[in-house]
Amino acid sequence: MSKELIRLVDCSMAFDGELVLDHINLYFNDSEFLTLLGPSGCGKTTTLRIIGGFITPTSGEVLFDGVRMNDVPPHLRQVNTVFQRYALFPHLNVFENVAFGLRIGKTETVEKNGKQKKVKAKIPEAEIRQRVMEMLEVVSLKGFENRRINELSGGQQQRVAIARALVNRPKVLLLDEPLGALDLRLRKDMQNELKRIQQQLGITFIYVTHDQEEALAMSDTIVVMDQGKIQQIGTPTDIYNEPKNAFVADFIGESNILDGIMHQDYVVEFFNRKFKCLDKGFAPMEPVDVVIRPEDIEIVPPEKGQLRGTVTSVTFKGVHYDTIVDFKGFKWLIQTTDYHEVGEVIGIVLNPDDIHIMHKSQYSGMFGDYSSYSEEYDEMDDVTMLDEEEDAPREEGYEE
Amino acid sequence: MRKQRRVGSRVFMTLVFLFLYAPILLMIIFSFNAGNSSVVWQGFSLHWYEELFRDRAIMQSFYTTLLVSLLATVIATIAGTFASVGFYSMRPKTRSALLTVNNIPMTNADIVTGVSLCLLFVAVFGLWNEFAANYRFTLNWFGTLYRITLPKLSLGFGTMLIAHITFNIPYVILSVGPKLRQMDRNLVDAAQDLGCTWMQAFFKVILPEIKPGIISGALIAFTMSVDDFVISYFTAGSSVSTLAIEIYGMARRRISPEINAISTLLFVVVILLLAANNIREARAEKALAKRRY
Repeated sequence: MSKELIRLVDCSMAFDGELVLDHINLYFNDSEFLTLLGPSGCGKTTTLRIIGGFITPTSGEVLFDGVRMNDVPPHLRQVNTVFQRYALFPHLNVFENVAFGLRIGKTETVEKNGKQKKVKAKIPEAEIRQRVMEMLEVVSLKGFENRRINELSGGQQQRVAIARALVNRPKVLLLDEPLGALDLRLRKDMQNELKRIQQQLGITFIYVTHDQEEALAMSDTIVVMDQGKIQQIGTPTDIYNEPKNAFVADFIGESNILDGIMHQDYVVEFFNRKFKCLDKGFAPMEPVDVVIRPEDIEIVPPEKGQLRGTVTSVTFKGVHYDTIVDFKGFKWLIQTTDYHEVGEVIGIVLNPDDIHIMHKSQYSGMFGDYSSYSEEYDEMDDVTMLDEEEDAPREEGYEE
Repeated sequence: MRKQRRVGSRVFMTLVFLFLYAPILLMIIFSFNAGNSSVVWQGFSLHWYEELFRDRAIMQSFYTTLLVSLLATVIATIAGTFASVGFYSMRPKTRSALLTVNNIPMTNADIVTGVSLCLLFVAVFGLWNEFAANYRFTLNWFGTLYRITLPKLSLGFGTMLIAHITFNIPYVILSVGPKLRQMDRNLVDAAQDLGCTWMQAFFKVILPEIKPGIISGALIAFTMSVDDFVISYFTAGSSVSTLAIEIYGMARRRISPEINAISTLLFVVVILLLAANNIREARAEKALAKRRY
C-alpha cells in the first residue's frame, strides 16, 4: 500500500456565491499519476489551484501528510506547478528560468534559541548549476540553456516549464492542461515523455485535462469530475469498462446508452427483448441505463441478428467505419471494419460481456443517443475548445 | 476640377503647418539674432544664450524646474506603478470605474486643477496657521524645557511638488496598466509557486515585465512637469518660480529676445523627451512582435 501524501476533506469552493467545487473528498498517493478529468467548468483546475495554494477553499480541509494546509501560501508548499501556457519568465533565458526556484531558495523553519524562525536557505551556485543541467537533461533540453524563451518552440517551452517545476524536487507536481497548446503529434510524444519522467523520478503527478484519451493513456488513477462533483474514481480500465453513470460513459469514449429494466440478476430488458448480461445486485425490475460500446457490437445479416436496424450514415475514420444505425427510432453508433451502405438493413448480436448496466442518475437520458450525431461528434473532437476558456473564475478580476 | 481640389488641399495643408510651426520657427531664428529686435534680423549671435546663463533669476528657476520635475517624476512613477498593480488585481467593474476617475484629471482643464489645488492648500494652511499661532507646546526632555513653536505654512516648493505629483500619477497609471494586462497572469502564480513571496514576485517577475511601461510613464510625467505652467503658477506661491512662470513674468515686464532663447531651449528639451519615448515604444513593439513569432 503506497503512502498517502495529500488529502482533500469535504472541500467546497464558491466564487461569488456560485458553487464550483461541491464537497470534494479525495486523496493522492505517493508516486501516483492521477488525472483530474472533466469538461470545462467541472472544477478540476479549481481543485488543482487549491492544492497549489493559490486559492483557499470556502470550506473543508486541505491536508499534506496529515497537516492542515488551508492557509499556507504557495511559496511554503512542497508542490510545484506546470501552468497552462507554461508561464515562463520571458525576461530570463532557459537556464535562469529553470534556476529560478533554486535561486529563491527554500524556506526552512529553523529553531533558534528556542524560537521557530523561517530562514531562506541559499543554495551554492555550483549546486544550482549541476541541478539545472541535470534537469535539462531529463527533459531532453541539453544545450539549450542559453536560449531565450521566445526562441523556443511550444514543445520546448513545455519542457522548460516541467524542468523549472521539477528542479525544486517537489513531492507532488501539479500539471494544469500542460499539453493543451500543442498540436496533436507533439501532444502524443509529450504524453510518453511525461509518463517516462514521472516513472524515472518516482514522484506524484496530479494532471488536469479535458482530453479523455490523454487521461486513459497516462494515468494510474482517473478522477472524472463534472459540475464540481466527483463522478467516478478508478483505473483507466475500470472507468472505461465499468462507468458509474451516463456522464462517465459518454465522456470516456463513445457509448450507446439505452433505457432498460433489470428483471433479475444477469437479465436485462431493452427494446422489448431480454438480454443476458454480467451485472447483478440491482433491485428486481429496476429501471437502469444500459451502456453498449460501439466497438463491441457485431454486425450480422438481418435474419441472424438479435435486433434489426437500418443504416442511416457511414463515416470512414481510418481504422474503422462509424456506422449510425436506426433501431426503431433510436440511433446507435457502431464501429466496425466492415462497410455497410446507407439504407441497408442489418442485424446485430450482443454478447453478455458487451452489455454494461448502470444505475439511473441525474445524467440519464442526456447522453448516448446518436440522433444528433454530427454535432455531438464535433464537440467531442474539439480539443482546442477549452484553450481560450478559463476553467474556473479567478479570485481576482480577469480580463483578456 | 480634380486638380483644383488638389491645389485647395495643398493650400490648406500649408496653412495648417504654417500656423503650427511658423511661430516656433520664428522664435528659434530670432533667438540667434544679434540685435535687440524681434522683427529685424541683425546677424547671427549666441548673445542671448550667454545672457540667459548669466541671468540668476532664470538659472534659479531652471534649477527649480529640474528639481520639481525630477522629484515629482520619481514619486509619481513609484506611486502610479503600485496603483496600477492595485487596479490590476481588482474586479474588472471596480477597476474600470476607478480608471475613469483616474482619467478625469488628465482631461480636466489645467486651470481648474490649478485653482482647486490652490484653494485646497490655502484653506488647509489657513486652518493650520491659525492653530499654530494659538497653540504652543512645551516639552520636558530630561529636565530641560523645550518650547516648540509650530511652523507656519505657505504656498511654495512643497505645494508645487504635491501638485506636480498629483497631475503626474494618472499618466503613469495609464502607461503601466496596459503592460500589466499584457502580462500572463500565471507569471505571478508561477513565481510564488517557485518560492517567492508576493513582494519577491513583484520585483523579480512583474517589474521586469512592465519596465517599458514604467519608463514611458516616467518620461511622460517628466515632460508634463517641465512643460507645466498653469498648475505651477497657482500652487508655487510668490517665493519660487519655474522656468515657465519666469518666462511668463518676463513677457509681462519687457519683451526681451532672452525669452526666445529660453523658450527655444525648453522646446528642444520637450521635443527630445517625446522623441526618445516614441522611439523606445516603437522598438519595444518591434521586439514584442518578434517575441510572438
